Amino acid sequence: MAKKRMIHAINEALAEEMERDPRVILFGEDVETSLFGDTAGLRDRFGPDRVRNTPICEALVTGMAVGAAAAGYRPVCHMMYGNFLYTGFDAIANQAAKLRYMTGGQIAVPLVYMATIGGGKSTAAQHSDSMYPALMNLGGLIVVVPSDPADAKGLLKAAIRDDNPVVFLQAAGRGGEQGEVPAGDHVLALGKADVKRRGQDITIVAIGNMVRHALWAAHELEAAGVDAEVLDPRTLHPLDEDAIIRSVRRTGRMVVVDEAHSSCGAASHISAVAGDLAFDELKAPIRRVTMPDVAMPFSPPLEQALLPGKDDIVRAARSILQYSAMAP
Amino acid sequence: MPPVSEERKNVLSGNEMIGNFAGEKQLELYRKMLLIRKVDEMLGDASLACELPGPVHLYVGQEAVAVGVCAHLTDRDWLTSTHRGHGHFLAKGGDLSALVAEVFGRDTGICRGRGGSMHVADFSRGIIGANGIVAGGIALAAGAALAAQLERQGQVAVAFFGDGAANQGVLMEALNVGALWKLPLILACENNGFSEFSPTATVTAGRIAERAVPFGVPSHIVDGNDLEAVWRASADAVARARDGHGPSFLEFETYRLRGHMEQEITFLSKPYRTKEEIAEGKRNDPLVRCRNKLVSEKLAMPDELEAIESEVAREVALAKAAAKAAAWPDPHRVAENMFA
Repeated sequence: MAKKRMIHAINEALAEEMERDPRVILFGEDVETSLFGDTAGLRDRFGPDRVRNTPICEALVTGMAVGAAAAGYRPVCHMMYGNFLYTGFDAIANQAAKLRYMTGGQIAVPLVYMATIGGGKSTAAQHSDSMYPALMNLGGLIVVVPSDPADAKGLLKAAIRDDNPVVFLQAAGRGGEQGEVPAGDHVLALGKADVKRRGQDITIVAIGNMVRHALWAAHELEAAGVDAEVLDPRTLHPLDEDAIIRSVRRTGRMVVVDEAHSSCGAASHISAVAGDLAFDELKAPIRRVTMPDVAMPFSPPLEQALLPGKDDIVRAARSILQYSAMAP
Repeated sequence: MPPVSEERKNVLSGNEMIGNFAGEKQLELYRKMLLIRKVDEMLGDASLACELPGPVHLYVGQEAVAVGVCAHLTDRDWLTSTHRGHGHFLAKGGDLSALVAEVFGRDTGICRGRGGSMHVADFSRGIIGANGIVAGGIALAAGAALAAQLERQGQVAVAFFGDGAANQGVLMEALNVGALWKLPLILACENNGFSEFSPTATVTAGRIAERAVPFGVPSHIVDGNDLEAVWRASADAVARARDGHGPSFLEFETYRLRGHMEQEITFLSKPYRTKEEIAEGKRNDPLVRCRNKLVSEKLAMPDELEAIESEVAREVALAKAAAKAAAWPDPHRVAENMFA
């Protein structure tokens, strides 16, 4: 174990996988100079064949990743900001997510689209979306959102090794955050949730950046005598339904925290899964804590007013704990 | 000749591979064009007889393009195609029965009935596939060209697309990156006169071939209904790409003899072209021109051509019968293969 910044954990994952497999290639806008630092040094280490700056042309690079994967490579396509997935969305939604299925399973499409998501840095409406609900809804993509440096490394390494198209989304502005990262070849399973805090009274399912807010909320709830469990799905599609159901069956209460917009968000889907599969064990209604359906504003006080956080989670948890207390 | 090193043995070399447009070759290519014509005519009839599950876009009238270009490709080269993709599939060596069964939605289809007409693909032959998105294949071909460049085996990637796709932004992006990185990419535009139901001139400013000029990509306008002209132009483009000199752009002028899709007469509110125009197109039919040339240059005797005609007709009829007799895919298996 060693303390590492998120951005360095990601950089290590890329370097280790490129070292391990010569078919891993990396391209995207400014990957050589690296805006976030996550691809820093890779061009010097692996050369211009395998690490390439592209022009700003998302429609092309997202499709090139599909073509290169079909032709036997394992491309990592760096999209910089998650919102730029929209400009390259044809290849993501119509090609990558469907090529294997619509050709009868003839090939695997091993590629990774990586990008940052979320608000909090005054990058305004076109650089702050958490668009994973749209990606989850396509069905053919593995959608990964890590919440700490260790998971970022382990999940990115798994994503690069996986034979399917994976979208790896990392919270913007969290790159400098430190965390313990296991030494050695740290690879995590995709599609597996992780319990970030054990608890008995209520399950807080939180995604990406929201996990730390959920942990702060759990700490505050503890002081009030409430023992909260914090569960991080880590992979949003395919979702680890078993882990969510196991937890909520035990606690009987659930809050789902999601930085995506409220309508048809990840929280909506996770709530529906719990309603479908664990209704009889629920002691109270499920509460969602999400971004309102409002575009991300620029000005910091406005941005903070929209972003879900610790206090919203505590309030949501208290509301259903009270509900249970009132039940006959 | 100097001995070929072990390392270079598997490398496809441009100029060595071109060969001659000899009589025997021409007859073989004519046969392939005829096969594509007969398959699509059969599928058109089947569509109008409501025997096919979905829409079908026919390649009738454009056969010389796919056949002339693909004559220079091996199974190791890559190809992306369009929604009008049966011709490219067959020209690149895709299996006739597997194609027809796919269009009929059967489990014996090349995509097990999951893709249908707009998604026929055979990766074992380098056919990355037809594509339901206009210009959707261009970026995929550029990615395959990047893979080919990294392999250093002389492979190339060909993107077939129509005049409609020439108005999509991704073409400009591919020209830019292709030129910048010298990708072994052939951008093969089939200008068939129509962007769905809109005549090309009503939706297209400028000359399509000139879209490549500012990027320094060699560009040619080719008579796409002249098999030999297609063959020669693409021989140069493919050789250039194999030998590491980068992308080429070819605009093949051709004419879509059938509609955008079969059955369009049942829903279109008004015609978008005249009978005279179609008659004019038929006078320039690439198959007729190819056949006339074979006869006039005495490369084939009329009875030989008739024998080929009936052979091909029989193959197509057999493929259709086999497809219709084949099992539908099992609905219990519908969710398989979303992931590897």
